Amino acid sequence: MNSTAPVIDMPTKDLDAWFNQRFDEKMAEREAGHTPSMTIIATKGTLDMAYPPFILASTAAALGWDVSIFFTFYGLSLLKKQLDLKVSPLGNPAMPIKLPEGPSWIRGKELPIPTSIMTLVPGFENMATSMMQKTMDKKGIARIEELRELCAEAEVKLVACQMTVDLFDHDQDDFIPEIHEWVGAASFLPRALKADVNLFV
Amino acid sequence: MTETTHTLDARGLNCPLPILRTKKAIAALASGEILEVIATDPGSVKDLDSFCSQTGHEMVSSEEADDGFVFLIRKA
Repeated sequence: MNSTAPVIDMPTKDLDAWFNQRFDEKMAEREAGHTPSMTIIATKGTLDMAYPPFILASTAAALGWDVSIFFTFYGLSLLKKQLDLKVSPLGNPAMPIKLPEGPSWIRGKELPIPTSIMTLVPGFENMATSMMQKTMDKKGIARIEELRELCAEAEVKLVACQMTVDLFDHDQDDFIPEIHEWVGAASFLPRALKADVNLFV
Repeated sequence: MTETTHTLDARGLNCPLPILRTKKAIAALASGEILEVIATDPGSVKDLDSFCSQTGHEMVSSEEADDGFVFLIRKA
């Protein structure tokens, strides 16, 4: 033992109490100086599934968190300059089909047709999309373009998957210039490792 | 109490816009100044509380008025 080290002459009970108190103080200090962080993996490119990543990211940024979203597969289309997002009733049995217009008793009623049948009607997807968009506009829900802009403004890192562009032969010029970087899984995972919250959408 | 000179009208907006607009409006204030936020989104009551506790701003008051919910937030 180093001869200059202080000799701790304390009953174990007191030493434990002292340690616990110091430990709590240090942990609180660490907590106070810590900026929370979140990484989101966005894999879906439909109008409905575009909302969760952008809403969570913009809100977290407003709370002062450090946020990155990794857009991969169909999620990459959320970064296109021209957004043409649609919502599909197919494989979406919980999607309520309600009219966006009319008196409230009509708007509140779900149309009693299974979504699997509706999908077979030609043009139904476009109709469902415009109905959904109308409802959202009326309820004061932000457009995806607006939320995306707010995210970029709040310095949410919009990270695009390089492999997806190559896979689907996308043209990088079709995507918004706010994209922070084009990377692969190996570049994104280390960031996710350090984040407090990881979400897959 | 400090007089409120800044008002944010977030009526008709839905989650998460009231929070995002509040964050933007509060960024333009000096520390100690008070922002009045008026919102109609019922979710904003709890969300603005949470926003304040996360960001350190002080929720001076939060009440329901005829034209919506009115919040007074003092910038940290």
